[in-house]
Amino acid sequence: MLIAAALSALLALAVLGVAAGAEMWRHRLVYFCCMIASLALLAGGIKHLGQTPGTGPAIVLPIGLPWMAAHFRLDNLSALFMVVVNLATAAASAYGIGYCSHLPEPRRVTPFYPLFLFGMNAVLIADDAFMFLVAWEFMSLSSWLLVLADHKNAENRQAAFVYLVMACFGTFCLLTCFGLMAGGQGAYSFPAMRAAKLDGVAGFLVVLLALLGAGSKAGLVPLHAWLPLAHPAAPSHVSALMSGVMTKVALYGLIRILFDLHGEVSWAWGAVMMAIGGITAVMGVLYAILQDDLKKLLAYSTVENIGVVVIGLGLAIAFKGSGEKTLAALALVAGLYHIVNHSIFKTLWFLSAGAVITATGERDLGKLGGLTKRMPWNGVAALVGAIAISALPPLNGFVSEWLIFQSLFKGPSLPHWAMKFGVPVVGAMLALAAALAAACFVRAYGIAFLGRPRSEAAAQAHQVPASMRWTVALLAALCVVLGAIPVTVTDALSHVVTPLTGVQFAVSADLGWPWLSPVSSTRGSYSGTVLVMTGAGLCAITLLLVHGFGTTRIRRADAWDCGHKESIPQSQYTGQSFSQPLRRVFCASIFAARESVDMPDPGDNRPAELKVRVVDPIWVGLYAGIGRVVDFIADRVNRFQHLTVRHYLLMMFSTLVIMLLVVAVRQSQ
Amino acid sequence: MSAILWQLLQIVLVVAISPLITGWVRLVKSRLNGRIGASPFQPYRDIYRLLQKEAVVAHSASWVFRVAPYVTFGAAWLAACIVPAFTTNLFLAQAADLIALVALLGVARFWTALAGMDVGTSFGGLGASREMMISSLAEPAMLMVTFSLSLISGTTAPAQIIAFVLSGGVGIEVSLGLALAALVMVAIAENGRIPIDNPATHLELTMVHEAMVLEYSGRHLALMEGAGMVRLTLFMALIGGLFAPWGMAQPGGDAVAVLVGLAAFLAKCFVLATALGVFETSIAKMRVFRYADFLGGALLLGLLATIFLYVSEAV
Repeated sequence: MLIAAALSALLALAVLGVAAGAEMWRHRLVYFCCMIASLALLAGGIKHLGQTPGTGPAIVLPIGLPWMAAHFRLDNLSALFMVVVNLATAAASAYGIGYCSHLPEPRRVTPFYPLFLFGMNAVLIADDAFMFLVAWEFMSLSSWLLVLADHKNAENRQAAFVYLVMACFGTFCLLTCFGLMAGGQGAYSFPAMRAAKLDGVAGFLVVLLALLGAGSKAGLVPLHAWLPLAHPAAPSHVSALMSGVMTKVALYGLIRILFDLHGEVSWAWGAVMMAIGGITAVMGVLYAILQDDLKKLLAYSTVENIGVVVIGLGLAIAFKGSGEKTLAALALVAGLYHIVNHSIFKTLWFLSAGAVITATGERDLGKLGGLTKRMPWNGVAALVGAIAISALPPLNGFVSEWLIFQSLFKGPSLPHWAMKFGVPVVGAMLALAAALAAACFVRAYGIAFLGRPRSEAAAQAHQVPASMRWTVALLAALCVVLGAIPVTVTDALSHVVTPLTGVQFAVSADLGWPWLSPVSSTRGSYSGTVLVMTGAGLCAITLLLVHGFGTTRIRRADAWDCGHKESIPQSQYTGQSFSQPLRRVFCASIFAARESVDMPDPGDNRPAELKVRVVDPIWVGLYAGIGRVVDFIADRVNRFQHLTVRHYLLMMFSTLVIMLLVVAVRQSQ
Repeated sequence: MSAILWQLLQIVLVVAISPLITGWVRLVKSRLNGRIGASPFQPYRDIYRLLQKEAVVAHSASWVFRVAPYVTFGAAWLAACIVPAFTTNLFLAQAADLIALVALLGVARFWTALAGMDVGTSFGGLGASREMMISSLAEPAMLMVTFSLSLISGTTAPAQIIAFVLSGGVGIEVSLGLALAALVMVAIAENGRIPIDNPATHLELTMVHEAMVLEYSGRHLALMEGAGMVRLTLFMALIGGLFAPWGMAQPGGDAVAVLVGLAAFLAKCFVLATALGVFETSIAKMRVFRYADFLGGALLLGLLATIFLYVSEAV
C-alpha cells in the first residue's frame, strides 16, 4: 500500500513539476516531496526484505492491453533493488533541493525527474512482460529528456541522440527476448514464463537478447558508447541516478531473466559473461584514466564496475549450470553486494562532482585543484568514496571484490577446461581493473581536491548549500558502515539469492558474526569489523608513541620542492601528465595512444607543444562503421522518395507478383 | 589465549626488528661497495633523530598531508601483524587473508600517493603517477600468486597455507617455483628496491617513492620511512613463511616451539636481507618504462603458475 501510494505520488509530482514555473521554492518543494516518496519506497523495500523470504501479494490493475490486466508483485529480488534504487534517489532528491537553483533551466528538469523515479521503481515491481517493457521505456524516455535538459549545448544534443538510439536498440532486444519466452500462446505474465520450458535455439536466443538488451542499458563493452556521453550531459543529481542506479535496474532485468524467468542457463553462457565482464572492467577503467572531464571519468568508471558485477553474475551462472549451487549463491551474493556498493559510492561521487561544478563552474581536471581546503565536507566525503571505489579495506568496495575473488578462486574446480584456463585470466583482469581503479581515483581526487588551485575559479571556490553537503556525508558514512559490518549485509543478500539458486546458504560459514568465511573457516576469511578496530588501535598507538618519544611542534613554511623557488601552480602534475606512464604501458596498443613533441628550433618563438592522440577502437571500429553502412543504405533508399505515381504503382504491382510467385512455388512443393 | 599473546609479540616484533633489517641490507651493500658502512643499528638512531625534529609543513598542504603518515604506517603495521612470522597461531590470522593483505598494502600506497600530490609540487605528482603505474602491475601479479597458492592448498589464509605446506601435502611443484619468482619480483617492486626504484637516490629521473615523500620532515618523515621498513620485514616474513615455513610454531605449540620459530624467523630475515644486498649491488637500475616489462613478467609468471597446475595434473 505504502509503495502504491508513493508511486502515485511520484506521478502527481510530475504534474506539480510542470506547474512549478519560475518560482524556485516550488521546485524545492517537488524535490522535497520526491525525497519523501523515495524514503517511503525505501522503507517498503526494507520492510519486505526483513520479513521471511517469500513474495508479496500480486496486485492486478485493470490497465494496459484490452485482453490483459497489469500485474505487479514484490519479491525479495525486487525489494533489494527497490532499496538500492531508493536509497540513491532519496539522496539525490535531497541534494536536488539545494542544487536545483544552480541549474541553468530548472524547469526542464523538475517535471521529468519524478517520472524517472517512477519508471525505475515500476520496472522493479512489474510482474508481466508488457508492464516491464512499458516501465523500461518510461525510464529510458524520461532520462532522455533529462539528458536534453541543457539542450543549447550541441554536445548534449548529440549525446541525447546516441542515447535514444541505444535505448531503442536495447528495448527492441528485450521485446524480442520476452516474445520468445512468451512462446506461441503469448503468455506474457512472469509466472507463466517461469513455468514454460525453453528449447535449444530459443533458450540460446533469449540469453543473447537479454545480454544485448540489458547489457546496452547497463553499459557492457562494446555497448557502452552512449554512457560517457549521456551521463555527463544530464544535471549532476540526475547523472548520479543514471550512473549509480539506472544501470542497476538494467542488471535487475538481466538477473530476473537469467536466474528467474529462464531458469536453466548453460554454464557456457556464464563463461561468456565472465569474459565480457573482464573486458568491460579493464576497458572501462582504462577509458576512465584517460579522461580529463570529471563526469566522463565517473561514467567510464561505472562501465568498469558493471564489468565487475557481470563477472560475478557470469560466475554464478557457470556454477549454477554445473550444479554447484552453493558456489553459485556465493558468486551471486558477491555480485549483488557490489551492486549495492556501487550505487552508493558512484552516487556519492557524482554528487561530489555536482558540488565541484557548482562551486567552481569547472569540470575539467586541469582547471581544478586544492578544493579540499575550501570545501572540507565534500573533500572528506569524496575521499571516502575514492577509497571505497578503489576497493580498499576497510570500506565496502573491498568486501564485494573480496567475495568475487573468493568465488573466482573456486572457479577452476569446475570440470570444464574453459573454466580451468579462463578463470585465472579473468581473475588477472579483475585484479588489473581493481589496481587501475585505485590509480584512476588517486588521479581524480589528487588533482581535483589536493594540490594548489590551477585556475582562478578553483581558487575562489565556495562552500555549497547545506543539503548538498550532508547528503554526500551520509553516503560516505554508508560506505564505512557497509564495509565494517559485511556479515549483516551478506545475510540479507543470502535471503535474496535463495529462491534464485535454490539453496539456503550463509556467507559466514562457521565463524559467525563478524567473520566472512564463504566456504569454511579454513578456506580464507575476512572481518572488516576486526580490521577496523585493530587498525584504529594501531594508528592510535602510533600517534601516542610518536608524540611521546618526539616533539609535537609544526612549522608552516613554503614547499621545499627540492630547493626550487615556489613555482606557479600550473607546474603541478596535471591529469594528462599523471596518466602518461599508464597511457604508455596500457594504452599504446589498445587505444593506439601516441605522443608527438613539436619542439621549435633555437631562435624560434613558437611555444613547444606535446600532442597526445588516442583512438577509441570501439567507436572507430564498430559505431563509425555502422554509421557509414546506415548512411550508405540511406543514400540508396533516398532515391525512392521522389518517384512518380506511375513508378510507385509499378513497384506495388511487381511486389505483388513476386509474393504470389513465392506462394505458388511453396504450395507446389 | 596464547593466540592473543603471540599476536601481541608479533605486533611488537615487526616494528622492533624492521630498522635492524634495513640497516643490515645497507651494511651488506656498503661492504660490497668497498665502504665500511654505518652500523646496522643506525636506522634506529635516524628515526629517533627525526622524531626530535619539528615537522615542516608547506603552506599549501591540507589535512591529508598530515594524516597520511599515520595511516600509511598504521596500514603497513596492521598488514605486518597478519603475516605469520614465527607462529601460525595468531589472533588476527583469520581477520584477513592474502587478498586483504594486498589491499592493506594498497591502502598505504593510496595515502602516500595522495600525500605526494597534496603539496602541489611537480615532484610529488611525478612520484605518485609512477607509483600507481607500478602498483597497477604489481598488485595483479601478487593476486595471481595468491590464486595459485589457493589452488594448491585450497585456502587464501597465509596461516592455513603454511600449515598445509608444513604437513607435507605438497612436493616440489613447478607452480610453486613460478609463484616464488613472481612474489620475489613483486616484493622488489613494492619495496622500491633496485632495479625498480633506488631508495638512496635523489635524482628526479629515477626516483619514485622518494619523490612522493620529498616534502616530509621530522616525525612525518620518520613514519613514512618506518612504514617502508615494516613493509620490507612483511615481505621477508611472507616469502620465508610461504615458501620456507620450516621451524614455524603451529597452534598447540608451547613456548619452546615459539622460541624455535623466532630463531628461524630471524635466521630467514638475515639470509634474505643479505641476499637482497648482494642482488642490489650486482644489478643496474632500469629505465622507468622498462618497469612494465619487469612487472608484466611477474604477472605472467603468476598466471603461468596457476595454469601449470592443470598441465602438471594432466601429464
